[in-house]
Amino acid sequence: MVGIPSRHKSLVLLAGVIVLQVLMLAVQIKRNSEGRLIRVWTVGAVSPFERAGSNSFGWIRNTWRHYFALQNTTRENEEIRRENDVLKLQISQLQGKAAEADRLAALLNFRQSHAEVPMIAARVIGVSAGTASRTIQLDRGERDGIRKNMGVITPDGVVGKVVETYPNAALVLLLTDKESGVGAMLADSRIQSPVGGQGEPLLIMKYVPNDDTVNFGERVITSGMDRIFPRDLPVGTVAEIKAGNPFKQIRIKPAANLERLEEVLVLLSLRPLEMKSEEPTQAKPSAPSAPVATPQPAVRR
Amino acid sequence: MNDAFDIRGESHIEVHKFRTGAIIIATLLALLIQSSFPIHFAKAAVLDLPLLVTIYFGLSRRNPSTGLLLGMFIGLLQDSLSGPTVPLGLYGIAKTIIGYLASSIGARLDTEHPAARFALTFAFFITHQGLIVITRRILLVQPEPWFNMHLIVAALVNALVAVFLFLLLDRLRKN
Repeated sequence: MVGIPSRHKSLVLLAGVIVLQVLMLAVQIKRNSEGRLIRVWTVGAVSPFERAGSNSFGWIRNTWRHYFALQNTTRENEEIRRENDVLKLQISQLQGKAAEADRLAALLNFRQSHAEVPMIAARVIGVSAGTASRTIQLDRGERDGIRKNMGVITPDGVVGKVVETYPNAALVLLLTDKESGVGAMLADSRIQSPVGGQGEPLLIMKYVPNDDTVNFGERVITSGMDRIFPRDLPVGTVAEIKAGNPFKQIRIKPAANLERLEEVLVLLSLRPLEMKSEEPTQAKPSAPSAPVATPQPAVRR
Repeated sequence: MNDAFDIRGESHIEVHKFRTGAIIIATLLALLIQSSFPIHFAKAAVLDLPLLVTIYFGLSRRNPSTGLLLGMFIGLLQDSLSGPTVPLGLYGIAKTIIGYLASSIGARLDTEHPAARFALTFAFFITHQGLIVITRRILLVQPEPWFNMHLIVAALVNALVAVFLFLLLDRLRKN
Protein backbone atom coordinates (compact mmCIF):
# COMPACT_ATOMS: atom_id res chain seq x y z
CA MET A 1 0.00 0.00 0.00
CA VAL A 2 1.31 3.41 -0.97
CA GLY A 3 1.68 5.71 2.05
CA ILE A 4 1.12 9.43 2.14
CA PRO A 5 4.35 11.35 1.50
CA SER A 6 5.55 12.85 4.78
CA ARG A 7 5.57 16.42 3.50
CA HIS A 8 1.88 16.10 2.64
CA LYS A 9 0.89 14.81 6.07
CA SER A 10 0.18 18.27 7.43
CA LEU A 11 -1.95 19.09 4.37
CA VAL A 12 -3.96 15.90 4.88
CA LEU A 13 -4.34 16.78 8.57
CA LEU A 14 -5.48 20.30 7.63
CA ALA A 15 -8.08 18.92 5.21
CA GLY A 16 -9.27 16.41 7.82
CA VAL A 17 -9.60 19.00 10.57
CA ILE A 18 -11.45 21.44 8.28
CA VAL A 19 -13.84 18.73 7.05
CA LEU A 20 -14.49 17.72 10.66
CA GLN A 21 -15.39 21.27 11.66
CA VAL A 22 -17.55 21.78 8.55
CA LEU A 23 -19.43 18.59 9.49
CA MET A 24 -19.79 19.89 13.05
CA LEU A 25 -21.25 23.13 11.65
CA ALA A 26 -23.62 21.15 9.45
CA VAL A 27 -24.81 19.04 12.40
CA GLN A 28 -25.45 22.18 14.48
CA ILE A 29 -27.50 23.75 11.66
CA LYS A 30 -29.40 20.57 10.81
CA ARG A 31 -30.29 19.69 14.41
CA ASN A 32 -30.49 23.31 15.55
CA SER A 33 -28.17 22.38 18.40
CA GLU A 34 -25.53 24.71 19.80
CA GLY A 35 -22.93 22.29 21.18
CA ARG A 36 -24.28 23.06 24.64
CA LEU A 37 -22.11 20.54 26.48
CA ILE A 38 -18.86 22.00 25.16
CA ARG A 39 -20.06 25.52 25.93
CA VAL A 40 -21.10 24.57 29.48
CA TRP A 41 -17.65 23.10 30.12
CA THR A 42 -15.82 26.06 28.66
CA VAL A 43 -17.92 28.72 30.39
CA GLY A 44 -17.81 26.75 33.65
CA ALA A 45 -14.03 26.65 33.46
CA VAL A 46 -13.53 30.26 32.43
CA SER A 47 -16.19 32.17 34.42
CA PRO A 48 -14.46 31.91 37.85
CA PHE A 49 -11.34 33.46 36.32
CA GLU A 50 -13.44 36.11 34.58
CA ARG A 51 -15.12 36.91 37.90
CA ALA A 52 -11.78 37.20 39.68
CA GLY A 53 -10.27 39.19 36.79
CA SER A 54 -13.23 41.56 36.69
CA ASN A 55 -13.01 42.25 40.43
CA SER A 56 -9.26 42.77 40.48
CA PHE A 57 -9.34 44.89 37.33
CA GLY A 58 -12.02 47.10 38.88
CA TRP A 59 -9.86 47.53 41.98
CA ILE A 60 -6.74 48.35 39.93
CA ARG A 61 -8.68 50.80 37.76
CA ASN A 62 -10.12 52.62 40.75
CA THR A 63 -6.72 52.75 42.43
CA TRP A 64 -5.09 54.01 39.23
CA ARG A 65 -7.73 56.65 38.57
CA HIS A 66 -7.90 58.03 42.06
CA TYR A 67 -4.47 57.39 43.51
CA PHE A 68 -1.55 57.07 41.10
CA ALA A 69 -2.86 59.68 38.68
CA LEU A 70 -2.87 62.22 41.47
CA GLN A 71 0.45 61.25 43.01
CA ASN A 72 2.44 64.10 41.40
CA THR A 73 0.49 66.74 43.28
CA THR A 74 1.75 65.65 46.71
CA ARG A 75 5.52 66.14 46.68
CA GLU A 76 5.86 69.17 48.94
CA ASN A 77 6.38 67.37 52.17
CA GLU A 78 7.30 63.74 52.64
CA GLU A 79 5.26 63.36 55.79
CA ILE A 80 2.24 65.10 54.35
CA ARG A 81 2.67 63.12 51.16
CA ARG A 82 2.56 59.82 53.00
CA GLU A 83 -0.43 60.97 54.95
CA ASN A 84 -2.04 62.23 51.76
CA ASP A 85 -1.32 58.98 49.96
CA VAL A 86 -3.00 56.98 52.66
CA LEU A 87 -5.97 59.34 52.64
CA LYS A 88 -6.19 59.26 48.85
CA LEU A 89 -6.05 55.50 48.81
CA GLN A 90 -8.90 55.46 51.29
CA ILE A 91 -10.75 58.07 49.24
CA SER A 92 -10.26 56.09 46.05
CA GLN A 93 -11.67 53.02 47.69
CA LEU A 94 -14.58 55.03 49.08
CA GLN A 95 -15.17 56.71 45.72
CA GLY A 96 -15.21 53.34 44.01
CA LYS A 97 -17.65 52.09 46.59
CA ALA A 98 -19.74 55.28 46.34
CA ALA A 99 -19.92 55.02 42.54
CA GLU A 100 -20.93 51.39 42.87
CA ALA A 101 -23.47 52.33 45.56
CA ASP A 102 -24.93 55.02 43.24
CA ARG A 103 -25.33 52.48 40.45
CA LEU A 104 -26.84 49.93 42.80
CA ALA A 105 -29.12 52.60 44.32
CA ALA A 106 -30.37 53.44 40.81
CA LEU A 107 -31.04 49.74 40.24
CA LEU A 108 -32.78 49.46 43.63
CA ASN A 109 -34.96 52.54 42.99
CA PHE A 110 -35.95 51.13 39.65
CA ARG A 111 -36.58 47.75 41.24
CA GLN A 112 -38.75 49.29 43.99
CA SER A 113 -40.74 51.43 41.57
CA HIS A 114 -41.56 48.29 39.60
CA ALA A 115 -42.16 45.96 42.54
CA GLU A 116 -44.82 44.07 40.59
CA VAL A 117 -42.20 42.83 38.12
CA PRO A 118 -39.94 40.07 39.51
CA MET A 119 -36.33 40.93 38.73
CA ILE A 120 -32.82 40.30 40.00
CA ALA A 121 -29.66 42.42 39.80
CA ALA A 122 -26.58 40.87 38.21
CA ARG A 123 -23.02 41.96 37.54
CA VAL A 124 -21.41 41.78 34.09
CA ILE A 125 -18.32 39.56 34.27
CA GLY A 126 -17.53 38.93 30.61
CA VAL A 127 -18.21 39.83 27.00
CA SER A 128 -18.22 37.78 23.79
CA ALA A 129 -14.75 36.53 22.89
CA GLY A 130 -14.91 37.90 19.37
CA THR A 131 -16.61 40.42 17.11
CA ALA A 132 -18.94 37.85 15.47
CA SER A 133 -21.52 38.26 18.24
CA ARG A 134 -22.45 40.83 20.87
CA THR A 135 -23.04 39.10 24.18
CA ILE A 136 -22.31 39.70 27.84
CA GLN A 137 -21.89 37.19 30.63
CA LEU A 138 -23.59 37.69 34.01
CA ASP A 139 -22.48 36.40 37.41
CA ARG A 140 -25.90 34.87 38.09
CA GLY A 141 -27.44 31.82 36.48
CA GLU A 142 -29.90 28.97 36.86
CA ARG A 143 -29.37 28.79 40.64
CA ASP A 144 -30.71 32.34 40.92
CA GLY A 145 -33.79 31.54 38.85
CA ILE A 146 -32.52 32.88 35.53
CA ARG A 147 -33.83 31.03 32.48
CA LYS A 148 -33.39 31.25 28.72
CA ASN A 149 -35.39 34.02 26.96
CA MET A 150 -35.72 36.23 30.03
CA GLY A 151 -35.41 39.96 29.36
CA VAL A 152 -32.44 42.00 30.62
CA ILE A 153 -32.66 45.75 31.29
CA THR A 154 -31.06 48.65 33.11
CA PRO A 155 -32.92 51.66 34.53
CA ASP A 156 -31.92 53.45 31.29
CA GLY A 157 -33.52 50.91 28.96
CA VAL A 158 -33.57 47.52 27.32
CA VAL A 159 -30.28 45.57 27.17
CA GLY A 160 -31.15 42.22 25.55
CA LYS A 161 -32.34 38.75 26.44
CA VAL A 162 -30.86 35.67 28.08
CA VAL A 163 -29.82 33.16 25.43
CA GLU A 164 -27.94 30.63 27.53
CA THR A 165 -27.90 29.74 31.20
CA TYR A 166 -25.36 27.88 33.31
CA PRO A 167 -25.51 27.05 37.02
CA ASN A 168 -23.69 30.23 38.11
CA ALA A 169 -23.66 32.33 34.96
CA ALA A 170 -25.89 33.46 32.13
CA LEU A 171 -25.20 34.69 28.62
CA VAL A 172 -27.15 37.71 27.34
CA LEU A 173 -27.56 38.55 23.66
CA LEU A 174 -27.30 42.35 23.43
CA LEU A 175 -29.81 44.32 21.38
CA THR A 176 -26.98 45.35 19.06
CA ASP A 177 -26.32 41.76 17.92
CA LYS A 178 -27.40 40.97 14.36
CA GLU A 179 -29.75 38.25 15.57
CA SER A 180 -31.33 40.31 18.33
CA GLY A 181 -34.65 42.12 18.31
CA VAL A 182 -37.37 43.62 20.47
CA GLY A 183 -41.02 44.51 19.89
CA ALA A 184 -41.04 48.32 19.89
CA MET A 185 -43.01 51.40 18.97
CA LEU A 186 -42.43 55.11 18.49
CA ALA A 187 -43.52 56.91 21.65
CA ASP A 188 -45.25 59.89 19.92
CA SER A 189 -46.74 58.42 16.75
CA ARG A 190 -47.40 54.98 18.34
CA ILE A 191 -46.17 53.25 15.18
CA GLN A 192 -45.16 49.69 16.03
CA SER A 193 -42.22 47.90 14.46
CA PRO A 194 -39.55 45.51 15.71
CA VAL A 195 -36.16 47.03 16.48
CA GLY A 196 -33.12 44.88 15.86
CA GLY A 197 -29.35 45.01 15.99
CA GLN A 198 -26.97 45.04 13.07
CA GLY A 199 -23.64 44.36 14.79
CA GLU A 200 -23.02 48.11 15.21
CA PRO A 201 -23.62 50.56 18.09
CA LEU A 202 -26.89 51.78 16.47
CA LEU A 203 -30.07 49.69 16.19
CA ILE A 204 -32.38 49.58 13.19
CA MET A 205 -36.17 49.92 12.85
CA LYS A 206 -36.94 48.52 9.43
CA TYR A 207 -40.65 48.18 8.88
CA VAL A 208 -42.00 51.72 9.03
CA PRO A 209 -43.64 52.70 5.72
CA ASN A 210 -42.34 55.81 3.94
CA ASP A 211 -45.76 57.49 4.29
CA ASP A 212 -45.56 57.56 8.10
CA THR A 213 -44.06 60.57 9.82
CA VAL A 214 -41.15 59.91 12.14
CA ASN A 215 -39.33 62.69 13.94
CA PHE A 216 -35.61 62.88 14.62
CA GLY A 217 -34.98 62.39 18.35
CA GLU A 218 -38.34 60.68 18.91
CA ARG A 219 -38.31 58.16 21.74
CA VAL A 220 -38.67 54.46 20.97
CA ILE A 221 -40.22 52.27 23.67
CA THR A 222 -41.11 48.60 24.03
CA SER A 223 -44.50 47.57 22.70
CA GLY A 224 -44.79 44.44 24.84
CA MET A 225 -45.64 42.45 21.72
CA ASP A 226 -42.59 40.21 22.02
CA ARG A 227 -43.92 38.84 25.36
CA ILE A 228 -40.46 39.24 26.88
CA PHE A 229 -40.30 42.92 27.78
CA PRO A 230 -43.13 44.85 29.46
CA ARG A 231 -44.59 47.78 27.55
CA ASP A 232 -43.16 51.33 27.74
CA LEU A 233 -39.55 50.51 28.62
CA PRO A 234 -37.12 52.85 26.81
CA VAL A 235 -35.38 51.23 23.82
CA GLY A 236 -33.69 54.33 22.40
CA THR A 237 -34.11 57.50 20.37
CA VAL A 238 -34.34 58.02 16.60
CA ALA A 239 -30.87 59.05 15.43
CA GLU A 240 -31.16 58.78 11.64
CA ILE A 241 -34.05 58.59 9.16
CA LYS A 242 -33.64 57.66 5.50
CA ALA A 243 -36.27 56.90 2.89
CA GLY A 244 -36.12 53.27 1.74
CA ASN A 245 -38.05 50.96 -0.51
CA PRO A 246 -40.75 50.28 0.68
CA PHE A 247 -39.84 51.05 4.30
CA LYS A 248 -37.92 53.85 5.94
CA GLN A 249 -34.42 53.08 7.22
CA ILE A 250 -34.55 54.32 10.81
CA ARG A 251 -31.49 54.00 13.03
CA ILE A 252 -31.95 54.09 16.78
CA LYS A 253 -29.46 55.10 19.46
CA PRO A 254 -29.92 52.61 22.35
CA ALA A 255 -31.17 54.12 25.61
CA ALA A 256 -28.97 51.84 27.70
CA ASN A 257 -25.22 52.27 27.33
CA LEU A 258 -24.57 48.84 25.84
CA GLU A 259 -20.86 49.52 25.40
CA ARG A 260 -20.30 50.00 29.13
CA LEU A 261 -22.53 47.75 31.18
CA GLU A 262 -21.51 46.85 34.70
CA GLU A 263 -24.76 45.93 36.45
CA VAL A 264 -28.08 44.90 34.90
CA LEU A 265 -31.51 43.67 35.96
CA VAL A 266 -32.89 40.34 34.74
CA LEU A 267 -36.69 40.09 34.46
CA LEU A 268 -37.45 36.85 36.24
CA SER A 269 -40.53 35.88 34.30
CA LEU A 270 -41.25 34.06 31.09
CA ARG A 271 -44.86 35.25 31.07
CA PRO A 272 -45.93 38.53 29.44
CA LEU A 273 -45.25 41.31 31.93
CA GLU A 274 -47.04 44.56 32.58
CA MET A 275 -45.16 47.51 34.01
CA LYS A 276 -46.76 50.54 35.63
CA SER A 277 -46.35 53.53 33.35
CA GLU A 278 -46.29 57.17 34.45
CA GLU A 279 -48.00 58.22 31.21
CA PRO A 280 -51.28 56.74 30.07
CA THR A 281 -50.61 54.33 27.25
CA GLN A 282 -52.44 55.01 24.02
CA ALA A 283 -51.34 51.98 22.05
CA LYS A 284 -53.71 49.08 21.89
CA PRO A 285 -52.07 46.09 20.24
CA SER A 286 -54.33 44.54 17.69
CA ALA A 287 -51.81 42.49 15.73
CA PRO A 288 -50.85 39.02 16.97
CA SER A 289 -47.86 39.04 19.28
CA ALA A 290 -44.54 38.84 17.49
CA PRO A 291 -41.65 36.75 18.77
CA VAL A 292 -38.36 38.52 19.26
CA ALA A 293 -36.18 38.89 16.18
CA THR A 294 -39.09 38.17 13.85
CA PRO A 295 -39.47 41.19 11.62
CA GLN A 296 -43.06 42.28 11.03
CA PRO A 297 -44.45 45.22 9.11
CA ALA A 298 -45.26 48.28 11.20
CA VAL A 299 -48.68 48.62 12.75
CA ARG A 300 -49.88 52.18 13.02
CA ARG A 301 -52.12 53.16 15.87
CA MET B 1 17.98 29.90 11.53
CA ASN B 2 18.83 26.31 12.39
CA ASP B 3 17.35 24.23 9.64
CA ALA B 4 16.86 20.56 10.44
CA PHE B 5 15.64 17.73 8.32
CA ASP B 6 14.09 14.99 10.36
CA ILE B 7 14.21 11.24 9.73
CA ARG B 8 10.67 11.17 8.36
CA GLY B 9 11.64 13.46 5.52
CA GLU B 10 9.45 16.39 6.59
CA SER B 11 11.23 19.68 6.96
CA HIS B 12 10.85 20.90 10.53
CA ILE B 13 12.62 24.11 11.33
CA GLU B 14 11.62 24.16 14.97
CA VAL B 15 13.99 26.80 16.07
CA HIS B 16 11.97 28.02 19.03
CA LYS B 17 10.93 25.89 21.95
CA PHE B 18 8.89 27.32 24.79
CA ARG B 19 8.88 26.85 28.54
CA THR B 20 6.60 24.15 29.88
CA GLY B 21 2.99 25.23 29.88
CA ALA B 22 3.80 28.58 28.23
CA ILE B 23 1.65 27.95 25.15
CA ILE B 24 -1.37 26.78 27.17
CA ILE B 25 -1.12 29.61 29.71
CA ALA B 26 -0.63 32.26 26.99
CA THR B 27 -3.60 30.85 25.05
CA LEU B 28 -5.94 30.77 28.05
CA LEU B 29 -4.82 34.22 29.17
CA ALA B 30 -5.51 35.62 25.69
CA LEU B 31 -9.03 34.16 25.73
CA LEU B 32 -9.66 35.41 29.25
CA ILE B 33 -8.48 38.95 28.45
CA GLN B 34 -10.43 38.90 25.18
CA SER B 35 -13.64 38.09 27.04
CA SER B 36 -13.20 40.47 29.96
CA PHE B 37 -11.10 43.48 28.87
CA PRO B 38 -13.80 45.10 26.66
CA ILE B 39 -16.07 45.44 29.72
CA HIS B 40 -13.79 48.22 30.92
CA PHE B 41 -12.46 49.44 27.54
CA ALA B 42 -15.12 49.00 24.88
CA LYS B 43 -12.67 49.87 22.09
CA ALA B 44 -10.49 46.90 23.08
CA ALA B 45 -13.06 44.68 21.33
CA VAL B 46 -11.28 45.53 18.08
CA LEU B 47 -8.35 43.34 19.21
CA ASP B 48 -8.35 39.62 18.47
CA LEU B 49 -5.81 38.35 21.01
CA PRO B 50 -6.56 34.65 20.35
CA LEU B 51 -5.72 35.26 16.69
CA LEU B 52 -2.47 37.04 17.59
CA VAL B 53 -1.48 34.13 19.84
CA THR B 54 -2.28 31.66 17.04
CA ILE B 55 -0.14 33.64 14.61
CA TYR B 56 2.75 34.00 17.05
CA PHE B 57 3.02 30.34 17.99
CA GLY B 58 2.48 29.34 14.36
CA LEU B 59 5.33 31.56 13.19
CA SER B 60 7.61 30.50 16.05
CA ARG B 61 6.97 26.76 16.21
CA ARG B 62 7.13 26.48 12.41
CA ASN B 63 5.42 23.10 12.34
CA PRO B 64 2.24 23.15 10.20
CA SER B 65 0.65 20.21 12.05
CA THR B 66 0.99 21.71 15.53
CA GLY B 67 0.16 25.16 14.14
CA LEU B 68 -3.16 24.05 12.68
CA LEU B 69 -4.09 21.98 15.75
CA LEU B 70 -3.34 24.90 18.08
CA GLY B 71 -5.39 27.18 15.79
CA MET B 72 -8.29 24.74 15.92
CA PHE B 73 -8.10 24.47 19.73
CA ILE B 74 -8.03 28.26 20.20
CA GLY B 75 -10.77 28.81 17.62
CA LEU B 76 -13.13 26.27 19.15
CA LEU B 77 -12.60 27.74 22.64
CA GLN B 78 -13.34 31.19 21.23
CA ASP B 79 -16.49 29.80 19.58
CA SER B 80 -17.61 28.32 22.92
CA LEU B 81 -17.13 31.65 24.68
CA SER B 82 -18.93 33.67 22.01
CA GLY B 83 -22.48 32.53 22.76
CA PRO B 84 -24.97 30.36 20.90
CA THR B 85 -25.26 32.75 17.94
CA VAL B 86 -21.72 31.76 16.96
CA PRO B 87 -21.74 28.08 15.89
CA LEU B 88 -18.86 25.88 17.03
CA GLY B 89 -16.43 25.88 14.11
CA LEU B 90 -16.77 29.46 12.85
CA TYR B 91 -13.58 30.71 14.49
CA GLY B 92 -12.33 27.10 14.60
CA ILE B 93 -12.06 26.79 10.82
CA ALA B 94 -10.60 30.28 10.35
CA LYS B 95 -7.95 29.84 13.03
CA THR B 96 -7.06 26.31 11.88
CA ILE B 97 -6.19 27.71 8.45
CA ILE B 98 -4.36 30.71 9.93
CA GLY B 99 -2.35 28.39 12.23
CA TYR B 100 -1.39 26.28 9.22
CA LEU B 101 -0.49 29.28 7.05
CA ALA B 102 1.50 30.98 9.83
CA SER B 103 3.59 27.91 10.57
CA SER B 104 4.14 27.20 6.86
CA ILE B 105 5.28 30.77 6.25
CA GLY B 106 7.33 30.76 9.46
CA ALA B 107 9.27 27.81 8.08
CA ARG B 108 10.19 29.72 4.92
CA LEU B 109 10.65 33.38 5.88
CA ASP B 110 12.41 35.39 8.53
CA THR B 111 9.58 36.36 10.83
CA GLU B 112 11.62 37.84 13.65
CA HIS B 113 11.84 41.41 12.36
CA PRO B 114 9.11 43.73 13.72
CA ALA B 115 8.29 44.98 10.18
CA ALA B 116 7.78 41.41 8.96
CA ARG B 117 5.62 40.64 11.98
CA PHE B 118 3.54 43.78 11.38
CA ALA B 119 2.98 42.97 7.70
CA LEU B 120 2.23 39.27 8.32
CA THR B 121 -0.23 39.99 11.15
CA PHE B 122 -1.99 42.58 8.97
CA ALA B 123 -2.32 40.03 6.13
CA PHE B 124 -3.37 37.20 8.47
CA PHE B 125 -6.02 39.40 10.14
CA ILE B 126 -7.58 40.26 6.76
CA THR B 127 -7.40 36.57 5.72
CA HIS B 128 -8.98 35.50 9.03
CA GLN B 129 -11.89 37.91 8.60
CA GLY B 130 -12.23 36.80 4.97
CA LEU B 131 -12.47 33.16 6.09
CA ILE B 132 -15.16 34.07 8.63
CA VAL B 133 -17.13 35.94 5.95
CA ILE B 134 -16.81 32.96 3.57
CA THR B 135 -17.98 30.53 6.28
CA ARG B 136 -20.90 32.77 7.20
CA ARG B 137 -21.98 33.40 3.61
CA ILE B 138 -21.48 29.93 2.13
CA LEU B 139 -21.92 27.46 4.99
CA LEU B 140 -24.30 29.38 7.25
CA VAL B 141 -26.06 31.43 4.51
CA GLN B 142 -25.85 34.59 6.60
CA PRO B 143 -25.44 38.04 5.00
CA GLU B 144 -22.04 39.50 5.80
CA PRO B 145 -20.23 42.42 4.10
CA TRP B 146 -16.96 41.53 2.39
CA PHE B 147 -15.07 44.70 3.12
CA ASN B 148 -15.31 47.92 5.09
CA MET B 149 -12.93 50.53 6.45
CA HIS B 150 -13.38 49.21 9.97
CA LEU B 151 -11.65 45.99 8.85
CA ILE B 152 -8.57 47.89 7.67
CA VAL B 153 -8.39 49.93 10.88
CA ALA B 154 -8.84 46.77 12.99
CA ALA B 155 -6.12 44.99 10.97
CA LEU B 156 -3.70 47.91 11.47
CA VAL B 157 -4.42 48.08 15.24
CA ASN B 158 -3.97 44.32 15.63
CA ALA B 159 -0.74 44.39 13.59
CA LEU B 160 0.64 47.19 15.77
CA VAL B 161 -0.30 45.44 19.00
CA ALA B 162 1.19 42.20 17.62
CA VAL B 163 4.64 43.82 17.28
CA PHE B 164 4.75 44.54 21.02
CA LEU B 165 2.89 41.41 22.10
CA PHE B 166 5.27 39.18 20.13
CA LEU B 167 8.27 40.83 21.84
CA LEU B 168 6.62 39.98 25.16
CA LEU B 169 5.92 36.40 24.07
CA ASP B 170 9.55 36.05 22.89
CA ARG B 171 10.48 36.05 26.58
CA LEU B 172 8.68 32.73 27.00
CA ARG B 173 11.17 31.04 24.68
CA LYS B 174 13.71 28.59 26.00
CA ASN B 175 17.26 29.87 25.53
